[in-house]
Amino acid sequence: METLNYRHKAPQRAKGSKRQVIVGVVASGNLEVLAERVLPDSECEVDIRTAAEGFGEIWQAVVADFVERRSPGGLKFSINDGGARPDTVALRLAQAVSAIEGERT
Amino acid sequence: MTTWDNAQRLRESRKRAGAPYAQGKRVAKKDATALLEAVIRPGDRVCLEGDNQKQADLLATALAAVNREKIHDLHMVQSGVVLPEHLDLFELGIARRLDYAYSGPQSQRIAKLLFGGKIELGAVHTYLELFARYYVDLTPQVALIVAVSADREGNLYTGPNTEDTPAIVEATAFKDGIVIAQVNEIVDKVPRVDIPGDWVDFVIESDKPFYVEPLFTRDPGAITETQILTAMLAIKGIYAPYGVQRLNHGIGFNTAAIELLLPTYGERLGLKGKVASHWALNPHPTLIPAIESGWVKQVHSFGSEVGMDDYIRARPDVFFTGPDGSLRSNRAFSQVAGLYACDMFIGSTLQIDLQGNSSTVTADRVAGFGGAPNMGSDARGRRHPSQPWLQAGKEADPDSPAALRRGRKLVVQIGETFGDKNVPLFVENLDALKLATKLKLDLAPVMVYGDDVTHIVTEEGIANLLLCRNNDEREHAIRGVAGYTDVGRGRDRKLVQQLRERGVIRRPEDLGIDPLDADRRLLAARSIKDLVRWSGDLYAPPSKFRNW
Amino acid sequence: MIAVVSETSKDHDDASVSTSSWYEASARQRVEHLLDANSFNEFIGPEWRETSPHLPLFDLPEQFDDGMIVGYGRLGGKPVLVAAQEGRFMGGAFGEIHGAKLTGLLRAARDMASVPVLILFDTGGVRLQEANAGELAIAEIMRALIEARLVGVPVVGLVGGRAGCYGGGGLIAGCCSALAVSEQGRISVSGPEVIETNRGVEEFDSKDRALVWRTMGGKHRRLIGGAEVFADDTMASFRDAARYLIEHAPSMSLSTLESEQSRLAQRIERFGHCSDAVDIWRSLGAAEPENLPALHYREFAALANDLQEPRHDAR
Repeated sequence: METLNYRHKAPQRAKGSKRQVIVGVVASGNLEVLAERVLPDSECEVDIRTAAEGFGEIWQAVVADFVERRSPGGLKFSINDGGARPDTVALRLAQAVSAIEGERT
Repeated sequence: MTTWDNAQRLRESRKRAGAPYAQGKRVAKKDATALLEAVIRPGDRVCLEGDNQKQADLLATALAAVNREKIHDLHMVQSGVVLPEHLDLFELGIARRLDYAYSGPQSQRIAKLLFGGKIELGAVHTYLELFARYYVDLTPQVALIVAVSADREGNLYTGPNTEDTPAIVEATAFKDGIVIAQVNEIVDKVPRVDIPGDWVDFVIESDKPFYVEPLFTRDPGAITETQILTAMLAIKGIYAPYGVQRLNHGIGFNTAAIELLLPTYGERLGLKGKVASHWALNPHPTLIPAIESGWVKQVHSFGSEVGMDDYIRARPDVFFTGPDGSLRSNRAFSQVAGLYACDMFIGSTLQIDLQGNSSTVTADRVAGFGGAPNMGSDARGRRHPSQPWLQAGKEADPDSPAALRRGRKLVVQIGETFGDKNVPLFVENLDALKLATKLKLDLAPVMVYGDDVTHIVTEEGIANLLLCRNNDEREHAIRGVAGYTDVGRGRDRKLVQQLRERGVIRRPEDLGIDPLDADRRLLAARSIKDLVRWSGDLYAPPSKFRNW
Repeated sequence: MIAVVSETSKDHDDASVSTSSWYEASARQRVEHLLDANSFNEFIGPEWRETSPHLPLFDLPEQFDDGMIVGYGRLGGKPVLVAAQEGRFMGGAFGEIHGAKLTGLLRAARDMASVPVLILFDTGGVRLQEANAGELAIAEIMRALIEARLVGVPVVGLVGGRAGCYGGGGLIAGCCSALAVSEQGRISVSGPEVIETNRGVEEFDSKDRALVWRTMGGKHRRLIGGAEVFADDTMASFRDAARYLIEHAPSMSLSTLESEQSRLAQRIERFGHCSDAVDIWRSLGAAEPENLPALHYREFAALANDLQEPRHDAR
């Protein structure tokens, strides 16, 4: 297992008022993302435990693009990863933000 | 004095040698190997029928059991190297030289035998090329073929899986070769004549039906959200703007997703009747919902598909069927149809390089080509116009006078930027190159050449290579949809942004697609059981696909 | 008669949700759509991060809820306790935390003695990496389940997930007041691969999926009385089944166990000579037993009600 942690400044606070959501499951090629509204509005953090080691650079790039696109200020994301591909990671992160902002359940 | 009938006399002597084992044309299963030992001569070119679907499995086993003192150094000229027996022939020294097209399940072992020098390789072909060479320089002296039933005269009924049989038998029978058929049963009257009896020399009744691989069955249950996203991009970004009506789909979950999105997402976009109506395609079970929803006018098939026979029989307006009601497939004709009469091929692959060349070869596997390169290539001999073909030609070459401009077939590669086990789809250099070096091949096994590819679709968007004006643009169009692979992360962001502004790269948001809409609930069928329901209980999937 | 014909659920506005597949859904989606809208409250939710202490030792990824979701909510306005297994995480297998959450829920049910329990099974059995803890958990769960039933709490099992209900899950299901199963659902103790490994492929070919389903699948379990209700693979059908079974759950007593014992003895006597499920269906009086697997939900549910009345007194 490999542990990775990224902190970013986020220009905007994530919308809505939900305190937390969880999306996805931990399975081969899949992951769960727990999003919690626990940080100051201008910050976000992504904390990852992954079964696939040696993909740090890719995670860094996926997370940076995600923060740029969605600006999830105030959210802490905790991820348990079963070796998901970057497209799945990006999708789950987007789903988590969408769910906590209340667009979809 | 010159004699002009040596081959005919050789043919007669082969028939005489086989006659003691036959009653009429009929040979008992127990005498199969003895018949082959009598008829085949060392060094013969032999076609053992089998492709990515049906297999002359009884004859393969019988040939692998011949005495190698009597039969050796055969030159196998066959579509598929699929059964273990096909390679046993080389390990046992019965065969030495090989010309073939496809080796899916044996791809690893064939690489070992090639590397170990057990196989002297002629070439790896496409199906159509190999069939072509049957008529020029690889004509079989003996063809070992497979059919459903035969009558006493040797008339053969191939059933829905006609596939390669006519192409093989025509070449063999009319150039003084011997044709031996295994059949599931001998009957008084065959349901229809697929191969006339006077082209067939010997018939062996098998004790079990020949094997057919359900290669074109994709379980909708395994289609991922990302695959659905790529399918949405393809439909909205390619099918719709080009108005593609005549097409072929490869095997894979991305194209299965497209088939299952036509009646839902495609319907919503108002595309019914405007795209995807005429097909060169095997009877994919995942096409059932589109057929039932009235999208599909006509389908011609290379082969059949396990479990689809009753459904096809009940939909003769859509499929090609015989007077007996069952499907008539024909690989050679369907390949020609895919090459010349389709405006688009779309399929997935394992590796794409920076020039757009693609390959399904990995370093230790030689999977062969099958038919994809014929579908996935521009037919330079094509002369009839069609809207998508003309439009693609114009995009590639806007400045030439329209009347002198060639059209282009749309050749689309579709996939996710990372495959199984996080293996990247995009690479600097194809593994096929390494393999070519290792095996000292003249050509690296490239499935679709970069200069034939017109579009690449990934979850990152669509790269339209027709609009690229130089190699640098082309490379960056590819990098631009390569996501987080090394190739993708090596892109120049500014250049990619410029390409995006010109529509060379189109992101999901450029097409008005929200990745979060890529939901499995969009699929017209989400399980094999759903497909059965769509078919009105006519589709009977093989047991391995059931969960009931 | 079993009233499992689905109506569009009044408590969910979106008809596509109530007709969406139980088999495809995650454990959380099942809980959400099974219960009245927005009524679910989770105990020890993922934010507690009560994960397995064993999986890290094997360098395996954890899940924040350890694949078991427990809590309370309302069904048709009445309170229920719910446990749901996530079949895609570790095959829904029982580990220490996973099991402890269910044990705790059942003990709470016993103490309250008035709130029914729903268990949404989706499990391959005990987690290999924490086998001892998992086996102990199975025993504790069975004890807690029986104790809850003895004070009159109905415990209803729902089976229709990808992993089926195998191993210890099959044992726990056998202790429930009643079970609902869909066609896709499977209930057994030894799984197909286990049987093949131990007894040979001639005895049981685990790759023959038609054989697997006609031996362990929902239709067969319904026909031989192993499950009381045959549900359609939709959220609404499982919801209807759960409501029905809570209302009609039999009580638990010595005489219940004795009648269950005699039912099982009769089953062996009646079907012990059969070598395939199809023989059993024929003995039950099915006119075309070979066609049973192909029957649609409504046809089969009606046929099953004709062939085999559920035996509520047993169990």
